[in-house]
Amino acid sequence: MSSKVLLNSKEIEIILHRLACQLIENHHDFSNTVLIGLQPRGTYLANRLKDILTNHYHIKDLKLGLLDITFYRDDFRRRDAPLDANSTEIDFLIENKNVVLIDDVLFSGRSIRAGLSAINDFGRPNLVELLVLIDRRFSRHLPIQPNYKGRQVDAINQEKVKVCWTETHNEDVVYLEHNT
Amino acid sequence: MKQLSVDHLLGIKYLNKNDIDLIFETADHFKEVINRPIKKVPSLRDITIANLFFENSTRTKLSFELAEKRLSADVINFSASQSSVKKGETLIDTVNNILSMKVDIVVMRHPNVGAGVFLSKHVDAKIINAGDGTHEHPTQALLDSYSIREKLGTVKGKKIVIIGDVLHSRVALSNIFALQLQGAKVKVCGPTTLIPKYISSLGVEVETDLKKALAWCDVANVLRVQHERMDIKYFPSTREYTQLFGINQQVLDSLDKKIVIMHPGPINRGVEITSDVADSNNSIILNQVENGVAVRMAVIYLLAQQIKR
Repeated sequence: MSSKVLLNSKEIEIILHRLACQLIENHHDFSNTVLIGLQPRGTYLANRLKDILTNHYHIKDLKLGLLDITFYRDDFRRRDAPLDANSTEIDFLIENKNVVLIDDVLFSGRSIRAGLSAINDFGRPNLVELLVLIDRRFSRHLPIQPNYKGRQVDAINQEKVKVCWTETHNEDVVYLEHNT
Repeated sequence: MKQLSVDHLLGIKYLNKNDIDLIFETADHFKEVINRPIKKVPSLRDITIANLFFENSTRTKLSFELAEKRLSADVINFSASQSSVKKGETLIDTVNNILSMKVDIVVMRHPNVGAGVFLSKHVDAKIINAGDGTHEHPTQALLDSYSIREKLGTVKGKKIVIIGDVLHSRVALSNIFALQLQGAKVKVCGPTTLIPKYISSLGVEVETDLKKALAWCDVANVLRVQHERMDIKYFPSTREYTQLFGINQQVLDSLDKKIVIMHPGPINRGVEITSDVADSNNSIILNQVENGVAVRMAVIYLLAQQIKR
């Protein structure tokens, strides 16, 4: 397996700041906006964005929830391996809120579809937007596109985008891996 | 990746510790789900479940039905009193007729011991035993252990006494298996006529003095006297039973510690337990009922996961 670096830690930091600024541009003081990180991998990105928005851009009382979509997936019983659930931590109401769903990689769109179903169980949002770090173009199974994206990538099916965070891999880096 | 080691839930004795841990871990997620504004997930929307109750049940049947509906399964209910069983149909015929309507999972309560095991060998569906005679009631034992784990943090090392009609109780047997599997110490307490002779072979001690049993334990699981299963008299009178084995506030106050009170229901208030104890802060009887839905969702979900199309 060969791999190349798509984004290094400096590039990731610049992108995170850009994404945070784009969010501020549309959501101002976030008084009616909540961030929802998709479990498991979207939560690292969501936490980072919350840190930047709070510490660098002084957004107060920013609400962040973590959403597990395991029970909403459309591949239950269709995979070889059973699904492992994670916890959902949303201690506020979604009703009439502007929701920003956050995930690391947008590939087929099926996780986001499950996330859209799951979020409705916490109330009817006013608006739902999607933020991803990596948008894999031309790989969608569903008509789902991000509102905010860190980097767009054209990758073939044998290739895999691997996002590593300091929290899990001791460094921020995104690889494009190719199975040879 | 995690999955159950069994194809059906027929009894706790077929499970291992990892199975119980997996069921509890999954139940934790479902407990969060059933406390949401919308208490439903779509996981089992293409699964059909038949609840076959050949014996009366209120809370178990409701709990299973709710768990199934919370998972978005299609549910059909059957009770023996309104069925062709009365017309002489055999169990396998009844179930195969139901299965020909494309049912994936059967939840069954039956008065005969081993009915679930028998069914699992003859029909092509996942079987969940919701009580077979005086044998096992696995989901009750799981929700009991889950409730102890929730209240005390762990089941391991805890001392649990099962009080009352152990002889006729499927809850007692399943609880003994489940608690021992998780490393708890178990005693039973009741009139000697209502304690089965084989009980010591399960590594369970017998205590006939209620006060000593309560002083020893962290948790008391109080059972109902099952008059409907008794064809002879096992004790002279209900009044005498209550005096010797009934739990009241006075007995609990005489202990130098607080103990957790459980009851699988239905409660005969004033017989095996007084109202003030059943409704006290130390009682987790209603938590057991709530946890029952989450634990049954977990069991159904994990078994459904094994169904391939």
